[in-house]
Amino acid sequence: MTSTDATLLSVRGVVKRFPGVTALGGVDFDVRAGEVHCLLGQNGAGKSTLIKVLSGAHRPDEGEIRWRGEVVSFGNPTAAMRSGVAAIYQELDLVSGLSVADNVFLGHELSTAGFTRRSDARRRTRELLKRLGHPEISPDRDVGRLSVAHQQVVSMARALSLDGQLLIMDEPSAVLDPDEVRVLFGIIRELTAQGVAVIYISHRLAEIREIGDRVTVLKDGRTVATGLPAREVKTPDLIALMTGRVLDNVFPQRKPVDPAAPEVLRVRGLTDGDFDPVDLTVHAGEVVGLAGLVGSGRSEILETVYGARKAAGGTVEVDGRKLRRGSVGAAVRAGMGLCPEERKSQGLLLDEAVYRNITVSSMSSFARFGFLDDRAERARATTLTESLDVRPAGVDRVVRGLSGGNQQKVVLARWLLRECRVLLLDEPTRGVDVGARSEIYELVRALADSGVAVVVVSSDVEEVLGLADRVLVVREGRVVHDGPADEIDESRVLDLVMEGHAA
Amino acid sequence: MSEDTAAVPAQQTLKAPPAKESGIKALLGSAAGRNTGLVVALVLLCLGGVVTAGDRFADVDNVLTILRLAAVIGVVSVGMTFVITGGGIDLSVGAIVALSSVWATTLATQGIANDTHWIVIVFTALLVGGACGLVNGALIAYGRVVAFIATLASLAAARGLAEIISNRKTQIVNVPGFTAFFDASVLGVPVLVVIFAVVAAGGWVLLNRTTFGRRTFAVGGNPEAARLAGIDVRRHTVMLYTLLGLCCGLAAVMLIARTTTGSATHGGLYELDAIAAVVIGGTLLSGGRGTIAGTVFGVLIFTTLSNVFTLNNLSISAQAVAKGAIIVVAVLLQQRLARRSGA
Ligand SMILES: Nc1ncnc2c1ncn2[C@@H]1O[C@H](COP(=O)(O)OP(=O)(O)OP(=O)(O)O)[C@@H](O)[C@H]1O
Ligand SMILES: [Mg+2]
Repeated sequence: MTSTDATLLSVRGVVKRFPGVTALGGVDFDVRAGEVHCLLGQNGAGKSTLIKVLSGAHRPDEGEIRWRGEVVSFGNPTAAMRSGVAAIYQELDLVSGLSVADNVFLGHELSTAGFTRRSDARRRTRELLKRLGHPEISPDRDVGRLSVAHQQVVSMARALSLDGQLLIMDEPSAVLDPDEVRVLFGIIRELTAQGVAVIYISHRLAEIREIGDRVTVLKDGRTVATGLPAREVKTPDLIALMTGRVLDNVFPQRKPVDPAAPEVLRVRGLTDGDFDPVDLTVHAGEVVGLAGLVGSGRSEILETVYGARKAAGGTVEVDGRKLRRGSVGAAVRAGMGLCPEERKSQGLLLDEAVYRNITVSSMSSFARFGFLDDRAERARATTLTESLDVRPAGVDRVVRGLSGGNQQKVVLARWLLRECRVLLLDEPTRGVDVGARSEIYELVRALADSGVAVVVVSSDVEEVLGLADRVLVVREGRVVHDGPADEIDESRVLDLVMEGHAA
Repeated sequence: MSEDTAAVPAQQTLKAPPAKESGIKALLGSAAGRNTGLVVALVLLCLGGVVTAGDRFADVDNVLTILRLAAVIGVVSVGMTFVITGGGIDLSVGAIVALSSVWATTLATQGIANDTHWIVIVFTALLVGGACGLVNGALIAYGRVVAFIATLASLAAARGLAEIISNRKTQIVNVPGFTAFFDASVLGVPVLVVIFAVVAAGGWVLLNRTTFGRRTFAVGGNPEAARLAGIDVRRHTVMLYTLLGLCCGLAAVMLIARTTTGSATHGGLYELDAIAAVVIGGTLLSGGRGTIAGTVFGVLIFTTLSNVFTLNNLSISAQAVAKGAIIVVAVLLQQRLARRSGA
């Protein structure tokens, strides 16, 4: 940890406490100009908190931050921005209701004598979006009406608009497609060549190897290793540093699906008008993976199967019984469960306790004559959160205070608790760390082995191939491939996913 | 592994210091603490009453008067707590009380009641109130009319209907059994107050101990998540408004008993009083968080305030100013708490 002339940022002994939790218990690391510095750590390790401290969104309780050699204390994100530190947060921080251009320049508006120069802002926004590979997003659109992936692009444009010396990205790839990640990496390389430093957070080790220069590992709010060479350091070593244990196999063993197993989910000609009619059959004990780009229609298909989206045609049957169209209630009664794509807006009751979030879909099994057995709820939730390793432990904690990955585990636990016949999982491991991911895979596999039909949507092709028995590839609202997972490989799936897209 | 086990006690010891640092803030933050704030406010008010009005305030009859007044608006406020916790609002409660009181005291209804049993009046009021709530709920949940607008419309319509039915006249109740029952006391406590206590206790259990209550929090906190979790959000919304409608019907019965009349002017500004009581009690106007105990305190605070002002011959206008000030302070406090827990 010698600080050279090129050291832009140096962090020493930073501590941040929240009521009841010490999120950061002493973090040290240096960032040099022109490098991509990766932060690794389990869910709840403190990565996002560290980012917020660096970008002025949180004040550290102790410790010292030196920015270009001087001790600084950014009172708020705007102050940090002015000094050249820009951050893209894990939880998007855009103002819906304002236009894309307004959001990009929020807090550092282009103005002359107090009047905003709107056409300049629009023009520069258009340039930034084009550079990010999304010329189709109009600077005048209301941000609230954009998809999550596009919102992510807007917050990247916002960070780039600052021309900062340090760009911090908290899990930017979680909602991006493979080719969008490629564009992002291109931009990162461009920036670092100009001497800009980047702090990059991701749970995907492959990305870190591709783009990272050095790695700092956090565990329980402390630095356990820093300055590791990103390309050379061995994966098992990283996982051991992060988790304190050794993990051999991320994906569980597959059992061959019994060809005589009954059909549990049978979807015929289902369409919402936007995607082409889909046929989908899932047998008991089978895991079917849906691969495809964000926006290709995967989530829409799941939501329509679940009845959360009105179907324009087609049928959904569970165990041979036809479901009423567009009725979530009917789907749930028939034993279907959906773990939605966006945990915050669609999944969580943010101000409620963890256990209440978990039991909300199975309340009646804890109730007698409508009266809830609180203790039984807590007990069941505790078992589940322990097996998923939700941190910090404690089912009475309010969900809002959990880290992103741990929130995801809570949503998942909800559907693991409810004994479903059909489980629809939309991006079940978004933002979940490697260790917990393998726990989740094992749980999903165990459920399937007990006769549940599972459908998994994921942007992570490796995950689809590793977890599913059968893979469907969706492109532009059409299923373009349907076959066993062991007869197709990652590059073939990527080809199918991207076809006509790469150009 | 050993590190994990070591981390637990370390965390617990860390819990203490911040609590000590800002003991009062932490206390205010907890649910019990917020009620402590309300209790303190109520005690201060009572002290003010004793100091300014002396024995006229600290008199058993006066206390019973306060409670009897609190009982009617209290029943409405308990219902309102459910609707607001569930993410809604109802401006038509006063009008529903008026309509129920009028419908339950028409000559026709009184005639049937005298021929059969006085309970007919009670059922009529409950039926009318419940039906109004059902209409509100259906408009909002299935008709997708914004709650504010839908209930504003009901306010106008229900009051108008009450005026038409009563022909703008005050209808005197002449059903001896009815008046006798509600005028009675149980161990010195007026029946009206007993009813309020039962409704409040029942409301607390319903909100905190049942699936219905849990769903209410979920629907108010994040309707989309609740829907995807398999809760029938629309049906639940209808039930919430119907529940409040029933509370209004009951409040109408109590008001008829207290005043021995039914009238289209009953329940004036109840919507404001109820919403104010709910909000100063600590229920979030944006939904998702609610407390029955807080509402009860809110009602008692407002009723005591009126009483103290009246005893001191202060005008209704002065009361209104004081009420407004209390609401503002409560909301500011609430926002601060929300920000603290939401940061
Ligand atoms: N506002 C808050 N209030 C209370 N606790 C918080 C708050 N924000 C974070 N924490 C706690 O701080 C710890 C670190 O959280 P943080 O979000 O930094 O984790 P992370 O490393 O980013 O995890 P993930 O990979 O899941 O995003 C967690 O224990 C979390 O519960
Ligand atoms: Mg994070």
